[in-house]
Amino acid sequence: MTEIGLGHYLTLGAVIFSIGVIGIFLNRKNIIVILMSIELILLAVNINLVAFSIFLGDLAGQVFTLFILTVAAAEAAIGLAIIVVYYRNSGTIRVEEIDELKG
Amino acid sequence: MIAHAIFFYTFSIIAVVSAIMVTVSKNTVHSVFFLILDFISISCLFIMIGAEFLGMIMLIVYVGAVAVLFLFVVMMLNVAQQKNQWFASAASSKHIPVGLIISTIIFFELIIVIGGWKYKPEIFDINNSLKVSDLSNTHSLGQILYTDYIHVFQISGMILLVAMVGAIVLTFRQRSNVKRQSYIKQISRERAEGVSVVEVASNKGVKIDD
Repeated sequence: MTEIGLGHYLTLGAVIFSIGVIGIFLNRKNIIVILMSIELILLAVNINLVAFSIFLGDLAGQVFTLFILTVAAAEAAIGLAIIVVYYRNSGTIRVEEIDELKG
Repeated sequence: MIAHAIFFYTFSIIAVVSAIMVTVSKNTVHSVFFLILDFISISCLFIMIGAEFLGMIMLIVYVGAVAVLFLFVVMMLNVAQQKNQWFASAASSKHIPVGLIISTIIFFELIIVIGGWKYKPEIFDINNSLKVSDLSNTHSLGQILYTDYIHVFQISGMILLVAMVGAIVLTFRQRSNVKRQSYIKQISRERAEGVSVVEVASNKGVKIDD
């Protein structure tokens, strides 16, 4: 219990990943919270990569965490820009009212 | 070792609780704040485990840039007043059990994968893997980032450039009825189009409107 190993970090990553997936499914508010849940999922992936990198003594995991960070920042910027444009055109970003594609 | 465990459990409990609060918080601004708290505690975990460069980069990039971007958009779009409505209508809440089931299945699959992982016995010995060399984490990361991974590094720079251009193109709005200064029109103006000399007959005056 007091010996913190690789499994503890992987479990933390799994918990945060599942919370992110739940946040995407159960969201009743607006798309911004869904984007935040995607950020949580990417964070869980980062935890896994860093934990493996440290416990295996290989730095490649940390390098790829850096690239995931880059992609997450780009994705957040583009997604928020799309949300701003959509709000300007339709006046709402509630999940229930975005149904133009009938999905 | 016991301090390591205490710090790990403290930060991970903070991270998990704030991740839950991100998804269930009624106010979107509060969600952004809990997202910031989550990133901070995870970066504390990174610093604690020995990846201090990534922990600092997470603080700078996520808390300093991405979370502030979220906060800007939340406040700009005026969605903070939209209260969270769980189970707003019967038609829209019927996918909630399915989502819960899928999420728990994903969680237990991940746990099973972790539990069935066959560790090599020397992996658990943190001390011989952390102290591979005398270089700091930042130093050794920089040594392989600019040599072995230079192409991927350049590609990530291109991704950031494309994201910047895309965000500007998406949100740029050309307004039609805004007066702007045009240097070309100002400079290339001739005397003939601005001034006209008229002969004014005495006691008649001129019409200046046409």
